[in-house]
Amino acid sequence: MASINTQAVTIGVATGAYGISFGALAVGAGFSWFQAMTFSILMFTGASQFAAIAIVAAGGAPVAAVLTSWLLGIRNGLYAVSLSQRLNPKGWLLPVTAQLTIDESTATAISHEEPDNSRPLQQAFYRTGIAVFLFWNVGTLVGALGVNAVGDPSDWGLDAAAPAALLALLWPRLSDRTARVTALWAVAVALVTTPLLPPGMPVLASALVALFIGLRRPSCG
Amino acid sequence: MWLVVVVGSLGCYLIKLLGYVVPQDWLAGERCNRVNTLLPIALLSSLVVILTLSGSSGPLLDARLAGVAVAAVLLVLRAPFLVVVVAAAATAALLRLVVG
Repeated sequence: MASINTQAVTIGVATGAYGISFGALAVGAGFSWFQAMTFSILMFTGASQFAAIAIVAAGGAPVAAVLTSWLLGIRNGLYAVSLSQRLNPKGWLLPVTAQLTIDESTATAISHEEPDNSRPLQQAFYRTGIAVFLFWNVGTLVGALGVNAVGDPSDWGLDAAAPAALLALLWPRLSDRTARVTALWAVAVALVTTPLLPPGMPVLASALVALFIGLRRPSCG
Repeated sequence: MWLVVVVGSLGCYLIKLLGYVVPQDWLAGERCNRVNTLLPIALLSSLVVILTLSGSSGPLLDARLAGVAVAAVLLVLRAPFLVVVVAAAATAALLRLVVG
C-alpha cells in the first residue's frame, strides 16, 4: 500500500513540474490562464495538450491542433479498453474513471496487477490518477499565472525521470516471457517508425504488436 | 482559441470514455484477455523509448539516455521505485550540469 502511495505522489510531483511548463507555454502561445486551466481539467492528457499549444504557438491551423490532440489521445482509449473489465466503473465512477485514464495511471495500475484480485490494480489506478490530476492542475495554474518557480523541468532531469518511472512500473510485468517479447517488439516498432510517422503514431503502431502476439496463439475465445 | 480548447478536450474525453463503453461481451474470451493484458505493455514500452530518445528533429542521444540506463541498472538490482526515479533524474541533471 505504501508503495502505491509513494508511486502516486512521486509521479504526481514530477508531472506537476510539467504542469507548470504547460501553463507557462500555453499563456506564451496566446491562451488565457483560464483557457490553460480548461485544457488541464477537461483534456487532462499531457501529450495532447503540449502538442495542441505548440501548433497554435507556431501559427498552425486550429483544426490541425485539434486533430493532433485527438491523435495523441487515442492511446488513452486503448488503455480504457484494456482496463475496462478490471476497473469495471459503474454510475458516477464511469465519467471520472474515463477522465483519469492516462499513461501514468495505467502504468501504475498494471504494475500492481494480481491474478484474481483487481483491488491493488484499482487502488493504484485511482490514487495515481487523482494525484496526477491535482498536481497537474495546480502546476498549470502556477505556470499560467507566471510563477515559474522550477525553471525548465529538464534542468532537474525530469525528462529522464518520466521514462524511468514508466520503465520501473513496467518492470514487474516483464518477468513474463510473452510480455517481454511484446515489449521488445514494441520498442523495435517505435524505433523504426518514429522517423517515418508523425508524433503519436509510433506508439499506436506498437499496439499492433500486442494485437498480433495476443491473437496469434489460437485457443478458446 | 476556445475552439481548440473545447473541441480538442471533448474529443480527447470521448476517446477515453469510448474505451469503457465497449460491450464487455466483446472483450470476453482468452485471446481478448491476452491482447488486453499485452496492449498497455506494448504502448508504454514504446513510450519509454520515445520519451528517452526523441528530439525535435529525429532521434537525440542526450542525458536522458544516461538517466534511463542508470534506472535500468537499479531495477535489475531491485532498488525501490523512488530510488530509481530520483537516480534517473539526478544522473541526467548532473550530467547536464557537468557537460553543459
